[in-house]
Amino acid sequence: MAQQRLFKGITPYLFIAPAVFVMAFTCLYPVIKGFEMSFYDWSLGTPIESRKYIGWENFAWAWKDPALFNSIRVTLVFTGCSVTVQLILGLALAFLLEKGMKGIAVFRTVFIMPIMLAPVVVGLIWRYLFDANYGLINYFVQLFGFPPKIWLGTPGLALPAIIVTDIWQWTPFMFILFLAGLQSLPKDPVEAAEVDGATTWQVIWRVKLPLLAPIIWVAIILRVIDAFRSLETMFIMTFGGPGRETEVLSMNIYKTAFLSQRLGQASVNAVFLLVFVILLSLAFLLIARPALTKK
Amino acid sequence: MEKKSPEGFWASLLRKETWKAGKYILVFSLAFVYLIPIIVLIQTSFKTQVQIFTTTPTWFFMPTLENYRTVLLEQGFTRFMMNSLAVGLVSTFFTLLIGGFAAYALVRFKFMGRGTVSFGTLLLRMIPPAVLVVPIYVLWSHFGLADTRLGLIIVYIGLNLPFTIWVLISFISEIPIELEEAAVVDGCGPLKIFYRIILPLIKPGLAAASIFTFRIAWNEFIIALVLTNRITRTLPVATTIYLTDIGVQWGNITAMGTLIALPAFIFTFLAAKQLIAGLTAGAVKG
Repeated sequence: MAQQRLFKGITPYLFIAPAVFVMAFTCLYPVIKGFEMSFYDWSLGTPIESRKYIGWENFAWAWKDPALFNSIRVTLVFTGCSVTVQLILGLALAFLLEKGMKGIAVFRTVFIMPIMLAPVVVGLIWRYLFDANYGLINYFVQLFGFPPKIWLGTPGLALPAIIVTDIWQWTPFMFILFLAGLQSLPKDPVEAAEVDGATTWQVIWRVKLPLLAPIIWVAIILRVIDAFRSLETMFIMTFGGPGRETEVLSMNIYKTAFLSQRLGQASVNAVFLLVFVILLSLAFLLIARPALTKK
Repeated sequence: MEKKSPEGFWASLLRKETWKAGKYILVFSLAFVYLIPIIVLIQTSFKTQVQIFTTTPTWFFMPTLENYRTVLLEQGFTRFMMNSLAVGLVSTFFTLLIGGFAAYALVRFKFMGRGTVSFGTLLLRMIPPAVLVVPIYVLWSHFGLADTRLGLIIVYIGLNLPFTIWVLISFISEIPIELEEAAVVDGCGPLKIFYRIILPLIKPGLAAASIFTFRIAWNEFIIALVLTNRITRTLPVATTIYLTDIGVQWGNITAMGTLIALPAFIFTFLAAKQLIAGLTAGAVKG
């Protein structure tokens, strides 16, 4: 009843209106506009009056576009590989450091740094590290007696190089989430299992992992969403090349709109990307639901 | 438990200590390997062309400020830095203000449950920038917002609001409502309550949210690339254009990269706790 005295009539709506307006203007409106644009044939740089309504033709064309399917595949491979490795490494590190040790604060600080860096900066650092002539990676490769490689220009090597970059930047995110999760676990089940004589492994597998499940699911969902957003590192390191080897869907949209200048087609691909992200996240949310609602 | 013989005791102690020492070595070598890319970035920015273009890396050398001189004086870099700062600070300020109002109304008026809000936040977060970039370019050109800093600021406010509202909600819901009730009795209006009582109490939340908001605005690339011209360009865009235009001048590029990364370094060392709080917000507490 306090609310009624605090807020009368339209006051709360006035408080919330600016946020709703800005979000609608910058997120919702462009999404709707993008959907509308996907029904037009329109070249970048020509006036809006010159666009032509062509119905579902852009979609029909997309259906037969090998570049689109390639970029969907690249996006899925990139997302699948990097999130899986980040998950495993993040969990392993969190369990290793769970007990706490001197200097852990320093370690955590070091670990946050990559997350805070601009993707553009991460991209240029790793482009330099992977550089065929002056890169540190080829230096070490040669030190161990292997021939140097043109990492970012060779099919079959460029995508793994970009996945390694993503793993470097985002494993810490998983680690920090899992560490926080482990430290907030209830003590009783773990102690009970230890009293019953369970080994460290059994405690991890049977007690801690199931208790940690909600956080693991949240981390996976957040990382998958972010992986679908990423574009900068590819933009800097390879610009989608060699060929279309590292052209994720986001990259494809950018190139279609601003290099090929086909706004309608780019909008169709954007619709695909959006539908993909939403479906995938909802699927994960559905799978995770039992774990998330158990608490 | 069985009784251990003295040898067994020493053996197990030794094993424990070895395990501990091994863990330390593992963790610290991992931390070092993790830092190598960042060390290389900073180090290269202080090297001369000759030192950079060798096939064997040099670890110890006379540092030069030549790259920074070139970047800061010759490339119009200062202008781009001012653009980035202006866009970052202004969008952060308005995101916190607008987001604070919204979060307050959501908590105290209970429009909808927290579940709906966090689901909405997640849904908005799902929209990849590449989906927005084409229509925003078209719309902003139409409204005369393209190529202006204002246009970019508006986009960043919109992109940052969901997360900010989410973080601030959790801080505001911890404030006891009695404080506000007392203020109402004293004749304070909702606006006065908001900036006299609520804002001072959620300072830690504002700090965490502002770091993340500023970080997005400062780091964002693809929308800035499309929405700015050679006058209004922000730092990340300026860097990439440099990267493609003139071959690869690693000395200058790494100097630019280090300057862009500067706020990240500062935040990491000054506010590691808030950062972790922000990163784990919602996910751990549920």
